[in-house]
Amino acid sequence: MAKTLLVLGGGTAGTMAANRLAQELDMDQWRIIVVDHSKIHYYQPGFLFIPFGIYKERDVVKPRRTYFAPGVEFILSEIDVIEPDKKRVRIKADGGRYISYDFLIIATGTSPRPDQTPGLQDERLWYKDAFDFYTLQGAVRLARRLRTWEGGRLVLNIVDMPIKCPVAPLEFIFLADWYLRENGLRDKTELVFVTPLPGAFTKPRAAAILGHMLEERGIHLVTDYYIERVDPERKVIVSYDEREEPFDLLVSIPLNMGSDAIARSGIGNELNYVPTDPRTLRAKDFEDVFVLGDATDVPTSKAGSVAHFMVDSFVPNFLRYIDGLELLPTFDGHANCYIESGFGKGILIDFNYDVEPLPGKFPLPGLGPFSLLQESVINHWGKMLFRTLYWHVLMKGRRLPMPAQMMMAGKWS
Amino acid sequence: MPVRQFGALQLEVDNEGYLVNPKDWTPEVAEAFAKEEGIELTDRHWEVINFVRKYYEERGQSPTIRQITVGAGIPTKELFKLFPGGPAKKVARIAGVPKPAGCI
Repeated sequence: MAKTLLVLGGGTAGTMAANRLAQELDMDQWRIIVVDHSKIHYYQPGFLFIPFGIYKERDVVKPRRTYFAPGVEFILSEIDVIEPDKKRVRIKADGGRYISYDFLIIATGTSPRPDQTPGLQDERLWYKDAFDFYTLQGAVRLARRLRTWEGGRLVLNIVDMPIKCPVAPLEFIFLADWYLRENGLRDKTELVFVTPLPGAFTKPRAAAILGHMLEERGIHLVTDYYIERVDPERKVIVSYDEREEPFDLLVSIPLNMGSDAIARSGIGNELNYVPTDPRTLRAKDFEDVFVLGDATDVPTSKAGSVAHFMVDSFVPNFLRYIDGLELLPTFDGHANCYIESGFGKGILIDFNYDVEPLPGKFPLPGLGPFSLLQESVINHWGKMLFRTLYWHVLMKGRRLPMPAQMMMAGKWS
Repeated sequence: MPVRQFGALQLEVDNEGYLVNPKDWTPEVAEAFAKEEGIELTDRHWEVINFVRKYYEERGQSPTIRQITVGAGIPTKELFKLFPGGPAKKVARIAGVPKPAGCI
């Protein structure tokens, strides 16, 4: 009888994993089923560019179904409950039926929850003077608001960590600085970056360099700020230790949480992330369950590049596992992020569980080298080119010419 | 690594003043670090410190603010009053566990 591999979530991680395994497994012996609640596959890294008119909605939206390899079955449905003890998942479609599996991949991601901050979604504010940009709707509405911006105090606030694409808030503020200069509004705008972290970033060398870049651009940095609520009447945010930051325009990065199906199933932590072995990516509590992408609790970035390296390490390991061999501890927490810094330039950072982002050069056959932790024009073009690679290489189950593990070559340690 | 003197104990600390080896920790260390932060330890502080030590022993990671408030059942507002400024990093230092990574 054919074995079933069930993949929950058809986003970046789930799509890559399903398509790669469809090439590796004998599809006469295997069924691969992907369940996702949305027909649309969003190119999420592109949301950042929408508020500044660089990308339009059509640049970041594709039909999800077209990205699955032949042989992969797609079911459009919400996930109700995961029952690892019974090796089955109940979906909400078709009146709530069960899908039994032999192996499960949880790739249900993470999403912003503006409802978790009191006052943020108050009707006097939300999508009028307070926005998120991690959703398509938020990014599109914010673009409209910025077109009529005449100056004032623009506050960017990160509610709590971890968030997906943790460099995007910095990119947003760099791009805002550039956009406002281009439009003659920078002198009339105070830019404030309000973060729960002790600096612009956590890892020391990157924090120092990025903090300096904020300073150079005259962007104020407020640290160790843990927001309690938004006061829509007075247009201020208030922290748990009673510090207030007034705003004319609030760009919020809301609390991020994993899927509610994880919470309903009782298999997640306090933010609905599934406890996962950081090296093998198997769920800590369940034998035949793997967790990929943003749905894990592993201590690295929640980002598409990480999902890509996770899938690269997971696929050969999974093939060992189904043959009865032990899992190898191959995933190293590798992340590789382009940071747009405005004026057609960008920075690249490359790091893993053990090595913080370091300056140097990043070799990539055919494309690089890119500069690490330094602004350059080619880094910007690397980022812009990436959208094409995303749709045509990664989502198609093809591989990029780079190893999954981080390399020290080129880094100044 | 710098070395700090706690009574008769000599313990290694990192550049930010966190204990290098969480196993070295004693209640006297907590008292000494708390004093430096201007905090006088009450029973409520100890509840948080003990929770943080237990969390670290079980998971090998220092808890975030949310993990402390949810796990120990302490309201966030109170946690900020107990450990003003940055509760997660302050209580981590006092409890002798590494500075929370706040992973990126």
